Amino acid sequence: MEKFLMGNEAIALGALDAGVGFVSGYPGTPSTEVLETVAKHNDGSIYVEWSVNEKSAMEAAAGAAYAGARAMVTMKQVGLNVASDPLMSLAYVGVKGGLVVLVADDPGPISSQTEQDTRTFAMFSKLPVFDPSSPEEAYAMVSQAFELSEKYGTPVILRSTTRVCHGCATVNVQERHEPKKAEGFVKDTQRWVIFPRTSFQNHQKIEARNPVIGKEFCSSPFNAALHAGTGRKGIATHGINYAYTTEALELLSAEAPLLKIGTPFPFPEDMGVEFLQSVDEVLCVEELDPVIERALIFLCGKYHLPTKIYGKLTGHIASAGENTVEAVEKALADYLGVSLPAAAHLPPPPQMPVRPPVLCAGCPHRASFFAVKEAMKGRKAVFSGDIGCYTLGNAMPLDMTDTCLCMGAGVTMAQGLHKIEPDAVNFAFIGDSTFFHTGIPGVINAVYNEHDIVVVVLDNSTTAMTGHQPHPGTGKTMMGEISEKISIERVLEALGVKSVQVVNPLDLGAAKLAVTRAAQEKGVSAIIFRSPCIAVVKPARPLAVDAEKCVGCKICINKLGCPALVMESGKAKVEPGLCTGCTLCSQVCPKKAIG
Amino acid sequence: MNCILAGVGGQGTVLASKLIAQAGLSSGQMVRTAETIGMAQRGGCVVSHVRTGKRVHSPLVPIGQADIIIGFEPGEAVRNLPYLKKGGTAVVARKAVRPVTASLTGSSYDGSDMLAYLEQHVERLILVDGEAICEAIGSPKVLNIALLGAALDPLGIDAAQMESVIRASVRPQFVEMNLKALHAGMNAARKE
Repeated sequence: MEKFLMGNEAIALGALDAGVGFVSGYPGTPSTEVLETVAKHNDGSIYVEWSVNEKSAMEAAAGAAYAGARAMVTMKQVGLNVASDPLMSLAYVGVKGGLVVLVADDPGPISSQTEQDTRTFAMFSKLPVFDPSSPEEAYAMVSQAFELSEKYGTPVILRSTTRVCHGCATVNVQERHEPKKAEGFVKDTQRWVIFPRTSFQNHQKIEARNPVIGKEFCSSPFNAALHAGTGRKGIATHGINYAYTTEALELLSAEAPLLKIGTPFPFPEDMGVEFLQSVDEVLCVEELDPVIERALIFLCGKYHLPTKIYGKLTGHIASAGENTVEAVEKALADYLGVSLPAAAHLPPPPQMPVRPPVLCAGCPHRASFFAVKEAMKGRKAVFSGDIGCYTLGNAMPLDMTDTCLCMGAGVTMAQGLHKIEPDAVNFAFIGDSTFFHTGIPGVINAVYNEHDIVVVVLDNSTTAMTGHQPHPGTGKTMMGEISEKISIERVLEALGVKSVQVVNPLDLGAAKLAVTRAAQEKGVSAIIFRSPCIAVVKPARPLAVDAEKCVGCKICINKLGCPALVMESGKAKVEPGLCTGCTLCSQVCPKKAIG
Repeated sequence: MNCILAGVGGQGTVLASKLIAQAGLSSGQMVRTAETIGMAQRGGCVVSHVRTGKRVHSPLVPIGQADIIIGFEPGEAVRNLPYLKKGGTAVVARKAVRPVTASLTGSSYDGSDMLAYLEQHVERLILVDGEAICEAIGSPKVLNIALLGAALDPLGIDAAQMESVIRASVRPQFVEMNLKALHAGMNAARKE
């Protein structure tokens, strides 16, 4: 049946059609919709969970695959770093039921910390990897990935990128959603218990197996050598760049032999060699790492081929960032020696408004940051941030995020910062979902090693940035079941944090008082700022400015940076369509003009 | 047909692009789209690409290839104007969305420079008073459908077809409101 699907939905339906019985993951752009779509189509026969982090998700999925089920685990590229410990070992141990590791990469990056390439990770972990060029192909790859996984008893990576994940296309899907029967776990310590000696043997097997898979990939429908034209200048490409390349060639009315690689590791060597022998030069059009480029250079060396290879390593393709049709068109025009169609030249536009993403109007994080900022006025303080909507607390005028590294890093980085500079007050801001993800070990480290920091948990009762997923503190699971709510304050107390205050950040006075108190404490103290994300609760009545009372001092705008506050004819104005009635501005206004 | 929808996170570009895509599908065309999903949805610049036709390769519209730009905000329309092909149509909401950065720096950004630039450089420009339509309908959330209404003609989608797409895609309690917005947008475009 034909369905118009987002790439991530296509992957989810592909997994359903392949008989997946267990799906776990942690939300992260651009991967999130895969697991959500499985959950949406789940008739109850599939187990689906948002795990507490990617490592837990990977291990749970591995367990399901040990027991013979087909399992899938989903995450974004930096999530794979968190899950890399189990995955590296799992590559040696292998699986029984198929295990597909879905990793979404983010060229640009658009919503990520890094531009890492999961194809490179696949090589590092010695695991086969599929790289779809469209939602249609992503759908088809899932069942092939499961087949391959079971054939060779290995986890298989399906890595996609933003434009495939979040692009929509018509996909012809089958509709059989029956989880493949799982035999159950069969005890075999030689197989399932990793030991140095078995790892040595398994390493040998992996090195012997991968060239066999590489040969098998030479006849994969996802790889193709398309010999258009008679030219001796070839192009090698992959993923969404295949679409850009096809389109750019059409725009240039040009033809060239084209090598499309959908399974970059183990590399389909024979196919690569044959292609290299058919041309004099190859331009590799890739995003993120020059994976195909390096593979072709390697083949030229291995087989003493004279073919010249161009791409990122030679400066013909941008070394970082996302490609576009026009960037590829320009590179191809230069390479093939054809002229670019004349571009329309618009005169330079007036000065464009700068529009970085900001905390939403009424976001409780704004109130939390502002309370800490006010309470610490005149004190030397460093603010460690973390990953989530609240990273946006770095923007002016709040300017309350001095460091941000990776999930959970704020709590631990604050400890190192404070040891070297003990006269500063060190705050660590962390969201509720991130607290459960990797924040807790950092707090234990702080208590155990007697660090002196203030942990500020920004608890908005959801995983907001990725689209409001439940987490252990919400008391709901992905299956929609009610579970035991894990209390953040009780966790902190149990870890030995002596001072734990729970405050509504929208009560500015109480919030500032809590901060002052926490900053005075020696050792680890904690504040939980608890107020739900405004995107998931009904907004309160929007406020309005009393123009009679407003003196146009701009204090509300300059201190809070709320998108609902603007100046109009010298007075502040509240945009009623944006205001959620959080009242922070009315608490800040010296003239009591907002209400 | 290549269409770019450009706006600010939260304005509903994604739904509008989905409706255009569905209309394309219902008339038997191949459709590809690309969306901005992620951090930019928090008040940043968002762009949706919708491409329909016999055969579509890339989900992204190349520069200079868009038949239509639907600008949810004058500045965002200008920012994406290089996508518009010569002779293409721009359907743009008059009201500027002032970014926090502009309020902070005291910049006087109100979109008027942008509207003047558009009038000068777009052959077929349809300006829509989205604010008035939203006010008349009683919801700030229908700007996207009003703009879609104004763009129906150049998109080559007939009203009945879009109505049935809206009925099939929008939650039942919001259908009437959105149909009103669609027609208000169509009327606004006719007056232009």
